[in-house]
Amino acid sequence: MTYEEIRGRLSRKRVGIAGCGGLGSNCAIALARVGMGTLVIVDFDCLSVSNLNRQYYFRDQVGMKKVEALADNILRIDPTIRVEKHPVRITATNFTGLFAGCDVIVEAFDLAEEKEMLITSALTHFPTIPLVVGLGMAGWGNNAAIHCRRLGNIYVCGDETSEISASMPPLAPRVGMVANMQANVVMDILLNSVQL
Amino acid sequence: MCQVKIILNNYHEEFDRESLTVSELLAVKNFTFKMLVIKINGNLVSKAAYDTTMVHDGDEVHVLHLISGG
Repeated sequence: MTYEEIRGRLSRKRVGIAGCGGLGSNCAIALARVGMGTLVIVDFDCLSVSNLNRQYYFRDQVGMKKVEALADNILRIDPTIRVEKHPVRITATNFTGLFAGCDVIVEAFDLAEEKEMLITSALTHFPTIPLVVGLGMAGWGNNAAIHCRRLGNIYVCGDETSEISASMPPLAPRVGMVANMQANVVMDILLNSVQL
Repeated sequence: MCQVKIILNNYHEEFDRESLTVSELLAVKNFTFKMLVIKINGNLVSKAAYDTTMVHDGDEVHVLHLISGG
């Protein structure tokens, strides 16, 4: 497939990104750079200085809604990307309305409880839409532990082991690795060549 | 003695018993994480049903441990 064919196919696709923190912001930027047609970005939070150690934002954006700042950054890279931004907290109730019509959904939450809510909602309401989950990326080093595997319509990216804690914070290199791995899996799914 | 043979997270597993609930499977495999998502043959099993849902011979079971970070 040529570069033009890849961009042509992706330009007709719609990807939902649940959470615009370390995983979501970096994944969205990667998908914007390859010419994804529509990105649906959802996050209720505002940007703080402490987010800048791993999230795709800039110092002068601190205080902005993350969806507003991320939309700005995406459009600075490619103004032809359609960005649908929702500054709301995702719940089991509003999940279906936010992500209906997406070809793929990216789970990019921080807390295990929220990941569980999103995966459970997705499996209940959208059992056939591929869901790309980020699981385990705390700390640094240990490149080889990060992997991808498929469980039906769920694709898991991460080391599935490292949980964030005071001594194992989430940091740009490993969070970025998993976020870009998620974007890579999205491409794999949308270009119909999934082999995990 | 009957055996329950399943595919668990893409690997073949055998259990030397006649039947197995989801809760028993988690105990046998020492899956102790609190945050789990479990699918049997593609269908989500709700937490409330772990004690009553049976794992049958030939089932495909996926167990996902959810950990924080992102």
